[in-house]
Amino acid sequence: MKTQSDGAHVVPVRVYLAVFAALMVLTAVTTAAAFHDLGPLNNVVALGVATLKATLVVLFFMHARYGTRLTPLVITAGLFWLLILIALSLTDYLTRGWLGVPGR
Amino acid sequence: MSSDAAAAAASRHATAAPAHQFDTPAQQRETASLGMWVFLVTELMFFGGLFLVYIVYRYAYPRAFALGSHELDIVLGTTNTVVLIASSLTMALAVRSAQIGRRRPLVVCLVLTMILGSVFLGIKAYEYHHKYVERLVPGPDFRFPGEEHARIFFSLYFAMTGLHALHMIIGIGVLAVMLVMGARGRFGPQYHNPIECSGLYWHFVDIVWIFLFPLLYLVGRHV
Repeated sequence: MKTQSDGAHVVPVRVYLAVFAALMVLTAVTTAAAFHDLGPLNNVVALGVATLKATLVVLFFMHARYGTRLTPLVITAGLFWLLILIALSLTDYLTRGWLGVPGR
Repeated sequence: MSSDAAAAAASRHATAAPAHQFDTPAQQRETASLGMWVFLVTELMFFGGLFLVYIVYRYAYPRAFALGSHELDIVLGTTNTVVLIASSLTMALAVRSAQIGRRRPLVVCLVLTMILGSVFLGIKAYEYHHKYVERLVPGPDFRFPGEEHARIFFSLYFAMTGLHALHMIIGIGVLAVMLVMGARGRFGPQYHNPIECSGLYWHFVDIVWIFLFPLLYLVGRHV
């Protein structure tokens, strides 16, 4: 791995090609899995593979692996905020039917 | 640091000197990419709201989402996924070419990225047209016998893929600027912030699609 005078990593072409190949394989896996009824596992596979693919893109194509630690920190903070948005909203929407509410 | 006119002119052409508020080119580069990442986090929250709506409504109407998803063309969706990931590869190679100061591969890779992006948009436009003909565009003509709530699925389909397509169009515009800068030899080992940040944007748009594809095209496939 070469480091340039300004500290930028030049990633070897074969790394990019390997990541691309992995993304293609994962696309095939998720598409094939969707044709089988796996029950709740369908969602797990679909989102798991998508998350894996996104992680590969972020780490290699977007160079998050190669920069300072500040970049992963910003990404983690962003994802944490997204988690707050989704989790706290769902505590409302997913639990509305749990208790008997007078008048319903 | 005595900067004369020649040095100033040179700094505009991919040589060492960073802008005066930075100590080193590395600091300048890290600052630029940090700023881009912060912007991408705001984009994440922007799309995150739509993903939240998707989760809430899919939980409420699972059958409508499965049947609606079944109406989407899996072949076109998968093709577009492959096309977009390939465009991310050529984008990454374009940034790499800029980093090592190779102008011709940079131009070729940028043009390829823009072509692949345009192919994606072309396929998307074809799909939109097909949905219009099938009366699956939410509106007065919408028809989906037996499952009225499929309207919600298709509203989300058009909102999410439409917003994504808008980002693609903006991305292609940004890449056109990078193409002109790159062809003029503005990027090199010492200076490639603009194309690095454009690459981050392009890859982010790719990631959004990586999630849209299973959520929209694959949810109802086995039904």
